[in-house]
Amino acid sequence: MKKRFDRRTMLRGTLAGGVATMGLPLLDCFLNGNGTALAQGAPLPLRFGAWMWGCGMNPERWAPATTGEGWELPLELVALGRELPSGGQVRDHVSVLSGFDVMLGGRPNFPHTGGLVSTTTGNVPVEDGVYVDPTLDSIIASQIGGMTRFRSIEMSSTGNPNQAYSYEARGVPNAPEISPAALYTRVFGPEFADPNAGPFVPDPRLMLRQSVLSVVKEDRDRLAQQVGTHDSQRLDQYFTSVRQLEQQIDVLLAGPPDLESCMKAPQLGAENLGTEVSQSKLTNQLMAQLLSFALACDQTRVFSMMFSFRISGLRQLGSNSQHHQLTHDEAVDPVLGYQSEATQFVFDSMEAWADFVEALTAIPEGDGTLLDNCLVLGHSDISFAKVHGIVGIPMMIAGRAGGRIKPGVHVDGNASQTSRVGLTVQQVMGLNVESWGKLSMEATLPVSEILV
Amino acid sequence: MAALLAGTIVGCSGSIGDGSGSDGPAVDAGPVALRRLTTEQYSYSIHDVLGEDITVPSRIDPDDRRSGLIAVGSTFAGVTSSGFEKYEAAAATIAEQALDADHRAELVPCEPASTSSGDDACARQFIEQVGRRLFRRSLSQGEIDARVDVARNAAQVLGDFYEGLELALSSLLVSPNFLFRVERAEPDPNDSERQRLTATSIASRLSFLSWNTTPDDELLEVAESGELLDPDVLAAQVDRLVASPRAEIGLRALFSDVYDFKQFDDGLVRKDATLFPAYTQTIAEDAKEQTLRTIVAHLTSGGDYRDLFTTRKTFLTRNLGLVYRVPVVATDGWEAHTFDEDSPRAGLLSHVSTMALHSHTGRSSATLRGKFVREVLLCQDIPTPPANVDFSIVEDTTGELRTARERLELHVTNDACAGCHSLMDPIGLAFENFDAIGAFREQENGVTIDASGELDGVSFDGPIGVGEALRDHPELGPCLVRTLFRYSLGRDATEDEWPLLDFLGERFAESEFRVSDLVRDIVLSDGFLTTSGPREAATVEGEQ
Repeated sequence: MKKRFDRRTMLRGTLAGGVATMGLPLLDCFLNGNGTALAQGAPLPLRFGAWMWGCGMNPERWAPATTGEGWELPLELVALGRELPSGGQVRDHVSVLSGFDVMLGGRPNFPHTGGLVSTTTGNVPVEDGVYVDPTLDSIIASQIGGMTRFRSIEMSSTGNPNQAYSYEARGVPNAPEISPAALYTRVFGPEFADPNAGPFVPDPRLMLRQSVLSVVKEDRDRLAQQVGTHDSQRLDQYFTSVRQLEQQIDVLLAGPPDLESCMKAPQLGAENLGTEVSQSKLTNQLMAQLLSFALACDQTRVFSMMFSFRISGLRQLGSNSQHHQLTHDEAVDPVLGYQSEATQFVFDSMEAWADFVEALTAIPEGDGTLLDNCLVLGHSDISFAKVHGIVGIPMMIAGRAGGRIKPGVHVDGNASQTSRVGLTVQQVMGLNVESWGKLSMEATLPVSEILV
Repeated sequence: MAALLAGTIVGCSGSIGDGSGSDGPAVDAGPVALRRLTTEQYSYSIHDVLGEDITVPSRIDPDDRRSGLIAVGSTFAGVTSSGFEKYEAAAATIAEQALDADHRAELVPCEPASTSSGDDACARQFIEQVGRRLFRRSLSQGEIDARVDVARNAAQVLGDFYEGLELALSSLLVSPNFLFRVERAEPDPNDSERQRLTATSIASRLSFLSWNTTPDDELLEVAESGELLDPDVLAAQVDRLVASPRAEIGLRALFSDVYDFKQFDDGLVRKDATLFPAYTQTIAEDAKEQTLRTIVAHLTSGGDYRDLFTTRKTFLTRNLGLVYRVPVVATDGWEAHTFDEDSPRAGLLSHVSTMALHSHTGRSSATLRGKFVREVLLCQDIPTPPANVDFSIVEDTTGELRTARERLELHVTNDACAGCHSLMDPIGLAFENFDAIGAFREQENGVTIDASGELDGVSFDGPIGVGEALRDHPELGPCLVRTLFRYSLGRDATEDEWPLLDFLGERFAESEFRVSDLVRDIVLSDGFLTTSGPREAATVEGEQ
């Protein structure tokens, strides 16, 4: 606290004194103690992302037949065979995790939420659609989100602002960005400190905004004395959010990021929001592209993307049914052995996943690409949607997490919990946890097959 | 549009003035909690306090809907990091407009000594005046002083008095005292066992219930003087607010929330463009507006709530006329319309809005429509389907089963489905003449639609009949009582409050189901005026 006060007092004096620019040596002392500064030679940032699609797949057509490396591409993962402009195929960057289950421990399997909430929070819901614990991305963001301008970035290509994928504790949703254009403005709008735009001049208003935040923190302190425990928790969250914005402003005051790959994202093409599958795919691509520039400039280290809602509303133009309806209504084709119309959406979803992964390989970073310094967990809410299956929830991990994990592996979880994957992810991201999940979902054994 | 209600209210009898302090049976009321402003309340508050023509950024976190109401969700909604970031950006945009050269004269009650530097005295006046409306109470000295400091420093750095005020105004707009409606309890001097809401908390509850916005000066005045705790003064204020043309805003907010009409605003009532080429976002928005106009016109003229489900009177635009296949003279805007006696249209459930909202993108849904009637209009719970149910036989449209009725009848022959679907499908099937956008059709897949149905022992044929059966259903009135009570308080009724709900239901029936009387009765009840104290965190199941 003392440091913060001194810094502000000094800057206020500087600004009031009419000094228009501040040299970098002075700025060094503004950086917080959390290592925000990315000095020359510092390690590249490590990022975590989560990506989901709704309504699962056909287990026998989706999972590779053999484990380890060198597996044949299964029918429904054909999109991973895509050749990349940077060399190799998408599959070279992706590990497939099959055979990881949600274990209900006697609790009901709420259609679509049982599998999703258990997998992303490590706790089986007792009420339909109700999140008690934070999702994996929020857990990680609460640890590393303070180092960047944005604690995390939540995105969705469902076109619906009310459907969230990321949750804080006690069921508070992190509302997703649904418009790529809005996300562009948020990240690369006037506040973005462009490293290629000449000498950095901090905006004096940034300090003044900090003074506003000090006042509302005092408001919050006074209000917290008048409320019960229910609201006390909500005001704590408010306080944390104010602190996060203070940190964002600190980052802005520190000037442009010192990262070789950082450049302002180019203006995006036209967006077209909606649940027609072509619309969702386009949004997913635009978001991924934008995100890759944001990550290269270290604007955030945590992100999430919902390609389709758990009750997937994806649809084909001219069809009277949506993806979710089809998974239940469409009869299994007796000759093919699967639901052909519903399965088309599985192919579309896997293509969208490949699009997302590919976008992160498009920016070179260090000796490889941005993706090498990421860990992206892709998964669905369910396995076989027709029966709301939660055995063998489809999961994939893309990236090398800065050399901490190896891609290209197929792991069979042999009917262990999906929370093992969540535990592994947290450990790779540097969180000090020995176990994760509650009751039947408590996991202590990381997925060692993908660890380096 | 909003007819004055004064006439309907003056004649209302009640136990006001008997000194008991509230109406109806004494009950142990439930707890209070902070209520995050809804996006609409945020916007109305800004417009009322800072100016009608201020553009309020739409980039605010969406409302949280729980137990079927945004009003209930608001007592759970939090301020996340990205949510706060949006509030802060919105505050800056709003403050800049509010203090620009066009607006400052109206908002700043004094002239600064110099426009290029701070002026504590003038800043203080501005902060006190605007802050009181935004926080819905007078600010403490500490709250004012801190903001005078902000204004002074900012004016000094930026060399502009009004830019200094912008920062001070921002600090009000991102404060938890603005973003959350604070409802506080204090010991009831008449009964040491009980807690009542403070006068300013009552004023806020009343104002947001009636007008969906921050209290006006008169209401704040009587609250801060303590007069509002006098039941006669409170009754007079209720009458004033409910009789105001602004009560229309309150009614719109109530029914938009109950019917989840925000989906139209968000562009989420989507239809397949090749199957329904006539359907556009303009039609969707008009459809919502049609229903709200119908409700407001009917209720503000003192109409019986139940008649909303049978009335043939409505309002149409030329766009809607195309869907309803009736001529609309007005080329631009709305005109009153009464559906013909031989038209299949009568009541809200024959509107495009309700029919399109409770359909899929590509086809109608008797089940969703029946569910809406049961859950929202009759307050009855329908359990979620079992996880491992096989729907394929029910929804196969390619084979022999050509109508929704043929497909849904299979529900009833399947034990796992029958229990719940027999509650929903017989209601919804009566609406099958309305397709996924609410347009009338005689046939589905070449077969003439059989629109017979049944609701709790009353049989009917088609939408007119189901509207009449619903109008006379004994649960229709009590359900609105329960919903309006939950909407007012931001929580479900506690078991101790059930006798109060019964009482309110009887009064509602006695008043011939006049919603303005129900609002008044709720405000004057123990449920509204007293509380068990602040809400404590639930011990959530699932926690270890």
